[in-house]
Amino acid sequence: MKAKQIQENLGFNFLRLSICVVICALIIILYDIVSKGIGVINWKFLTSMPKNGMTEGGILPAIVGTILVTLITALLAIPLGMGCAVYLNEYAADSKLTRLIRMAIRNLSGVPSIVYGLFGVILFVQMMRLGTCVLSSGLTLGLMTLPWTITASEEALKNVPNSYRQGALALGATKWQSIKTNVLPYAVPGMLTGTILGLSRAAGETAPILFTGAAFFLPRLPGSLFDQFMALPYHLYVMSTQHHAISKVRPIAYGTALVLIALVFAMNLCAVIIRYRLRKARTE
Amino acid sequence: MSRHNNFKEKLIHGLFFFNGLLVILVLAGIFALLVANALPAFKEIRVGQFLFSAAWNPTATFTAPSYGILSMLVSTLMVSAGALIIAVPLGIAAAAYLSDVASKRVREIAKPIVEILAGVPSVIIGFLGIVLVGPIIARIFHLSNGLNALNGSILLAIMALPTIISLSEDALNGVPKSFQEASLALGATHWQTLVRVKIPAALSGIIAASMLGMGRAIGETMTVLMATGCAIAMPKSFLQSVQTMTATIAIELGEVPYNTTHYYALFGIGLVLFIITFIVNMISDIVLHRYQRVYK
Repeated sequence: MKAKQIQENLGFNFLRLSICVVICALIIILYDIVSKGIGVINWKFLTSMPKNGMTEGGILPAIVGTILVTLITALLAIPLGMGCAVYLNEYAADSKLTRLIRMAIRNLSGVPSIVYGLFGVILFVQMMRLGTCVLSSGLTLGLMTLPWTITASEEALKNVPNSYRQGALALGATKWQSIKTNVLPYAVPGMLTGTILGLSRAAGETAPILFTGAAFFLPRLPGSLFDQFMALPYHLYVMSTQHHAISKVRPIAYGTALVLIALVFAMNLCAVIIRYRLRKARTE
Repeated sequence: MSRHNNFKEKLIHGLFFFNGLLVILVLAGIFALLVANALPAFKEIRVGQFLFSAAWNPTATFTAPSYGILSMLVSTLMVSAGALIIAVPLGIAAAAYLSDVASKRVREIAKPIVEILAGVPSVIIGFLGIVLVGPIIARIFHLSNGLNALNGSILLAIMALPTIISLSEDALNGVPKSFQEASLALGATHWQTLVRVKIPAALSGIIAASMLGMGRAIGETMTVLMATGCAIAMPKSFLQSVQTMTATIAIELGEVPYNTTHYYALFGIGLVLFIITFIVNMISDIVLHRYQRVYK
């Protein structure tokens, strides 16, 4: 009996240790970036152009570029993702085609981001002749975000009780009317939660924008959607590996990393707040 | 109901239907465009040479250029395998802790942390590989720099962990309560129940989770691009610099002129990458569905 207890204690402590390792990994990541990045960040760093071959100045164009490209990603991924989720959860019968669509979604979410980049180069940059620009990058990231948006939106639709739909149908509403008035209003906050999480991942992605529009150094803001742009993740990559004076620009790299991580976490926080309010509203 | 209304309903149904089809179209489109852009490369390169030769030198000026991806293929598999060796045991243990041992309060703190870890952009993990993990590896093994396969494996393990933890936890939670109760009633300890009943019962879910983690590791670009040192050579040890398939595309596509053999060969690498991750995902899918069928 005692041997058993010792074994159990040892085992559980091993499991405890494992989760501690995972938590430590995150703490180390955050501590390193925040402690070394915070000293660089000030109003000037956030609002001025890079200067002297990027060894001085700020990162304004990278911040604006990332936000702009994420907006385009959202414009493509939100309506298409929600539409596909509505089709799958409200309209589709359990047919071979539906199963094929679901299989495609799971596979799309596993396609490597660099392959999306290659796809974007051929489809948007070359075939559609958009060139390397904000729009091409945004559309590429939008396609990459699509499977995440769909999965999250469907999850939200599944949470709407069936009685809501039946109630509307029983009163003589058509299918679309019941979806519009009795399903979507309750599902949209949940859909947004998952979508914002997907967008935050897109905002931090580098591989898909490498060849579709991100610029190495461009000390001005993009004037139109057909301009090249600087982006935070690509800027961090450049500052940490491609720059000719890497040790000199290391503080700027840390600053960029901190701004990027703050942006991504701020988006995550938005999603968490929406989810929290939603749960609260449901329990009340 | 008016005819007008009926028409509108059908139209809306049709629109959503096409929206659903779009996903298949995108997946098929990615495959078709990759194939179309990879094929011209094989006018000049033999397929066998492309896959099984380790000599990659597309810009050779005095000799004929060579396009063999074997060393990158091996590098990719090696770095991913290293990542899995670290991440799978750690991930399963962490998942077991969350599902079986942790109190409700601990779980409510630990689960968001795992989610936050999943949200850290890959370029930031790669950056830490350069400034943090690299120097530590260099000091431990007395190397001039720590940018090597081991570094890549450690970083990819961190990136694969959230996927493995949350999906394994789902699998463990999906094991019917009666299994656990039966085991405890027979006098087994909590630990014995976990190791000999719950984990074996959830094994297919755990395997599927690990496969998905592997798919992510194989396809990951920025982390390996920044942390593995990027030297094309047949890897002999984990302490050597390697260059994966994703890194090669990322480095060379920006510099090569459109519509040359080199350019098409890079799409060939993309196609190989797509096929490998597709197969890994399909296997994980099949394993997962078999598991769901057992307990229904």
